[in-house]
Amino acid sequence: MTLWTHYHTPSSLAEAHALLQSYAGRARVIAGGTDLLLDIRHGHLTPPEALIDITKIPEMCSLIQEGDDLVIGAGVTHTRIVTDALIAARATCLVESCGVVGGPQVRNVGTLGGNVAHALPAGDGTTSLVALDAWADVIVRDERRWLPIRELFLGPGQSLLDPTRDLLVRFRIPLAQEREGSAFKRIMRPQGVALPILGCAAWVRLDSSGERCEDIRLCIGPVDRVPVRAEQVEAAVRGQPIDPATVDAAVAAGRTSLSPRTSKYRATASYRQEMIDVLLRRVLPLAAERARTGQAVPEGVGME
Amino acid sequence: MSLLKVTVNGQTVEKDIPESRTLAQFLRLDLGLTGTKIGCEEAECGICTVLVDGVPVDSCLYPAFKAQGAAITTIEGLAQNGTLHPLQRAFIEHGAVQCGFCTPGVIMTAKALLEQNPNPTDHDIKVALKDTYCRCTGYTSIFNAIHSAASELRGEGPLPWKRVETVGPLSAVGQPVAPPESVDKVTGRARFTDDYVFPGMLIGRTLRSAYPHARIRRIDTAKARALPGVRAVLTHEDVPGDNIHGLIYDDWPVLAADKVRYMGDAVAIVAADDADTAERALGLIEVDYEPLPVVYGPEYANTPEAPLVHEDWPTGNLLKHIKVRHGDVEQGFAEADVIIERTYRTPTIEHMFMEPECAIGVPAGYDAEHPKLTIYVGSQIPYEDRRQTARALGLPEDQIRVRGTLIGGGFGGKEDIAGQIHVGLLAQKTGRPVKMLYTRQESLLFHPKRHATVIRIKTGARRDGTLTAVQAELYGDGGAYASLSDKVMTRATTHATGPYVVPNAKIDCYVMYTNNPPSGAFRGFGVTQSAFAVEQNMDLVAEAIGMDPVEFRRKNAQRVGATTATGQLLRESVGLLETLERVDRDMRGGTPGSFRWGWREGNKAYGWGIACAYKNTGLGGGAIDRSVAEVEVFEDSSAEVRTSSADMGQGLTAVLAQVTAEELGLPVARVRVLLSDTDLTPDGGPTTASRQTYVSGNAARHAAITMRDALRAVVAERLSVAPDELVFENGRVRANGTAVELGEAVRWMREEGREARARYQYDAPATQPLGTGGDMHFAFSYATQAALVEVDLETGAVRVVKVIASNDVGRAINPRTLEGQVEGGISMGLGNALTEEYIIENGVPWSTLFARYKIPSIKHTPEIVSHIVEEPTADGPFGAKGVGEITSINTTPAIANAVYHATGVRVFCNPIDQDALLRALKAGAAEVHTTWHDVR
Ligand SMILES: Cc1cc2nc3c(=O)[nH]c(=O)nc-3n(C[C@H](O)[C@H](O)[C@H](O)COP(=O)(O)OP(=O)(O)OC[C@H]3O[C@@H](n4cnc5c(N)ncnc54)[C@H](O)[C@@H]3O)c2cc1C
Ligand code: FES
Ligand code: FES
Repeated sequence: MTLWTHYHTPSSLAEAHALLQSYAGRARVIAGGTDLLLDIRHGHLTPPEALIDITKIPEMCSLIQEGDDLVIGAGVTHTRIVTDALIAARATCLVESCGVVGGPQVRNVGTLGGNVAHALPAGDGTTSLVALDAWADVIVRDERRWLPIRELFLGPGQSLLDPTRDLLVRFRIPLAQEREGSAFKRIMRPQGVALPILGCAAWVRLDSSGERCEDIRLCIGPVDRVPVRAEQVEAAVRGQPIDPATVDAAVAAGRTSLSPRTSKYRATASYRQEMIDVLLRRVLPLAAERARTGQAVPEGVGME
Repeated sequence: MSLLKVTVNGQTVEKDIPESRTLAQFLRLDLGLTGTKIGCEEAECGICTVLVDGVPVDSCLYPAFKAQGAAITTIEGLAQNGTLHPLQRAFIEHGAVQCGFCTPGVIMTAKALLEQNPNPTDHDIKVALKDTYCRCTGYTSIFNAIHSAASELRGEGPLPWKRVETVGPLSAVGQPVAPPESVDKVTGRARFTDDYVFPGMLIGRTLRSAYPHARIRRIDTAKARALPGVRAVLTHEDVPGDNIHGLIYDDWPVLAADKVRYMGDAVAIVAADDADTAERALGLIEVDYEPLPVVYGPEYANTPEAPLVHEDWPTGNLLKHIKVRHGDVEQGFAEADVIIERTYRTPTIEHMFMEPECAIGVPAGYDAEHPKLTIYVGSQIPYEDRRQTARALGLPEDQIRVRGTLIGGGFGGKEDIAGQIHVGLLAQKTGRPVKMLYTRQESLLFHPKRHATVIRIKTGARRDGTLTAVQAELYGDGGAYASLSDKVMTRATTHATGPYVVPNAKIDCYVMYTNNPPSGAFRGFGVTQSAFAVEQNMDLVAEAIGMDPVEFRRKNAQRVGATTATGQLLRESVGLLETLERVDRDMRGGTPGSFRWGWREGNKAYGWGIACAYKNTGLGGGAIDRSVAEVEVFEDSSAEVRTSSADMGQGLTAVLAQVTAEELGLPVARVRVLLSDTDLTPDGGPTTASRQTYVSGNAARHAAITMRDALRAVVAERLSVAPDELVFENGRVRANGTAVELGEAVRWMREEGREARARYQYDAPATQPLGTGGDMHFAFSYATQAALVEVDLETGAVRVVKVIASNDVGRAINPRTLEGQVEGGISMGLGNALTEEYIIENGVPWSTLFARYKIPSIKHTPEIVSHIVEEPTADGPFGAKGVGEITSINTTPAIANAVYHATGVRVFCNPIDQDALLRALKAGAAEVHTTWHDVR
């Protein structure tokens, strides 16, 4: 079956934008194609007339440190993120989440931008970007601007971006400073589709004593129609010493504030509820440990 | 059309191609580089992997123009100047090539790994190959091959193949010979059906049913026929012969006429100039259906309110009631101190051979090579294909030639007709060759699968551990058509006592017609399902009487002199106890006193589980079990052995070459094997029931002996020596001092006006039908497996750490391909236990994507220890009996028993659901009766 008719590989944002406009809704942006082409192949999307490949646009593929921030092009592949020493050391959760997407062949072409634009409530890369409080550089309705990443998501598979005309260009994430650390883990089942039962990313900043949590950002999903922060869990940890009692409090807050649902052939609500406990107990201490020591070795890459 | 400029395997290529091409299409269709295989087109299976600028990608969903300017490396580019790459050599040497369909992708993925990491650990290999699947090997040999190639590339030399211990190897038999087609399989030269292209070839497609159960009121093909590029649209009205086919019962329409009975039913077929046109034509066929209530499962099918799937079947939805009666079960249970009765459920399981079905029909008289209608297909039963095609086309059988191509895995799933008849019809109609390749999704929808079963089993034993009785009731989901249901469920029934002495047994099996995909043959042939129930019930009884599970099995194990529940006296070749002892010794390790079945470490629980199994070799039950083979010897001292038996990766070609070489005193490399061509090779019968090593092995062996005796007489006369002084050795015939080349003897024979060719029809020892007592089978293979599992007590996730297997195979004719069967069988059993289930929702399959049906990946590979037991069977070739199925049957119950020992929770349904297991653990429940399809 022919999945598309024309294939364009623009070399600048302007060119990509102009191409999209000229096709007036009949073209789609493609990065790695690992979500898009399957959607077309499985009939969720009618074959577009043209695909506009954004992966040869320099801005989309750049990885640049700007002071204490990192700017990541939307067209950067999971593999590049996973093998980047700076991200491993200072945005560890992102390596851990991009490191579990598919297998090497998928990570070699699949992009962070595609993961975000696909807008699943628990896209692995997305979960970590939310915990890292990333901002996105987008061209929406012909206007270019920076948005907090969470503002992109409207519902499952739906984002602010119109995939026939808008572009996601870059992400900006703060790199971990002294006493900051992050971690990501997920729970899978060996049967059925490779969507996480639950994923969890945490970013933690300790106070100057290195004992209390000064600030925390936590993303657990899927627990809602869009990726969300677990704010009540954060509140249970913020300002507290990182110790078993606080983790218990976080778990208790998770139990009362988060209500994951049963999804067919994936997980029962009660199992997911248990997994919130498990993930919090695994992720929080790990993120805090990384913040305390300033050392981070990504875990689970390529295997979970 | 646009210009694509790339380098492919070092050569610059510039070609005008449609912008819609994927990289795989560009390679296969535009460049003819068919070494790159397609297994799913979902970016899931990884076997289409090629390297783009050194980076492995799934070429099936990689737009060709994404590769503009890049350097592409495919499997064809690996060997340099005819010298194999170390990876290619290592894959052959370590037995990592079975059907070979995954091999190009696996090797390319491994190549990318070794380029980045010259000394990878097992973990590194798992990460790199996690999404590159192989259904045959079970991956152990792939690890070994990659380590070996890495070592060679580092300049440290290749690693030797890990030899298993077997009894005295002969010059060819007992040697780890690589199947002759292995080199083609590692270089990409091997041709599977989809790799054949004929001039003027059309593309065929099938319109499948829109409902699981419906009456067809009207089919209108006018619009489809009017579409430019469409060459034929056929419905049931266009079937010139009988519109019916089937393996045992003829109940399956070639094209649905009045009714559809499952979602895979073929309603119309189309041949068009290209795939897109064919696809569009399908959309233009109008079918007016009247949907009927759906018979969604076997228990419902047996109720009075269920509608009939086949209105004219004399027993309604009951396809067959199978009975085993032995002794007096009432009496047996009265003698029992302990009785355990439980219900077990096993789901529909999919073969997931890596190569989806493909068939090509070339019409009679199309060119010089095709005077007859010729069907190219990778099939397990070429002569059956010919019979069924001839019947539907209304042609005499000898006007059809079935040419078997390489088979990219079968496991029982390529015994039924797929596209064979349809391409025959379309080719005859259009006068042009027609190729019909099923997509993975169509394959999943269409072909017969492993029966889902519900098994209630009641086991009684005395306190001293003696089994007194087994009573069982099995319901099998036969699906919409009979296929091999009768035979498969008969095996499930007759093996429902397990390999034990059970003096009293009463077993009833009901195979039901439903509106689910048909069920048929699948490695294990019904015994996989009953073993899941039997072996868990054995553990429950052992626990109830306070006996060690091994001791309990030892006490009841079949031995020579025992009688099976079907009344068969076992006179020889019962290696069960030996397999049990070997596994037990290994499992308990050096200090048996400290052995524990289960223990905990932190948040992990560990447990061992054990299970035994037996499996018949051959068709049995009174069927004539015949194979014919032909051996020809040539003047260059080479030989060819011919039979229509299928090698779907299990290594039959090697076995046939070995037995022939052994008897003719030839080096194995001098024996060619020609399989599965109904014009050139005699009928070897179906490749099923673990029978070919035995039956075709015997036919080849006897043909070779006949050939040798004829040559012996000729040479004896010429050299004036007594015939029995002549020795056939190393390609020569030798007698005290003088020797001649075998080819010379052939010349002498020809001078006498005789062909150096012998044909032998081998009939296996006669068997008796079920219910008549006597020998239902001529041989049984036996096995014991122990599995060590780790259960994550926080998540419920189950991991198989280690499997110790011991198989009694009679004789290890080829220890390397045998190990491949052991490792691959365990992997399949592990999938059956943990990852696989084909889900059907009210007759509508849900599992119609590779992504929705997980087979074990390399990351699931446990450590495997294999012990070979060789209790020869008198009539087997060199003592050999079946291997293909026995290796896979008891893995699942061993894992289930292990999970119980680890956690105290027994799981009565597979695959084991971590969600349900964890909830049971939290709730303190001792039993799980649901699985992941219940998560809704
Ligand atoms: C076998 C397999 C396993 C997978 N496993 C996982 C997993 O474990 N976890 C997970 O999260 N995902 C998984 N995925 C999904 C997928 O690989 C990821 O979401 C990936 O990051 C998508 O990126 P892509 O570049 O391939 O996106 P594409 O498919 O190219 O695009 C996805 C969508 O985003 C749009 N888009 C892409 N880039 C842009 C842009 N720059 N601007 C505007 N719109 C854009 C496209 O139009 C499309 O709608 C898996 C996929 C496969 C095939
Ligand atoms: S991943 Fe490409 S064919 Fe399966
Ligand atoms: S050898 Fe790997 S799928 Fe057959």
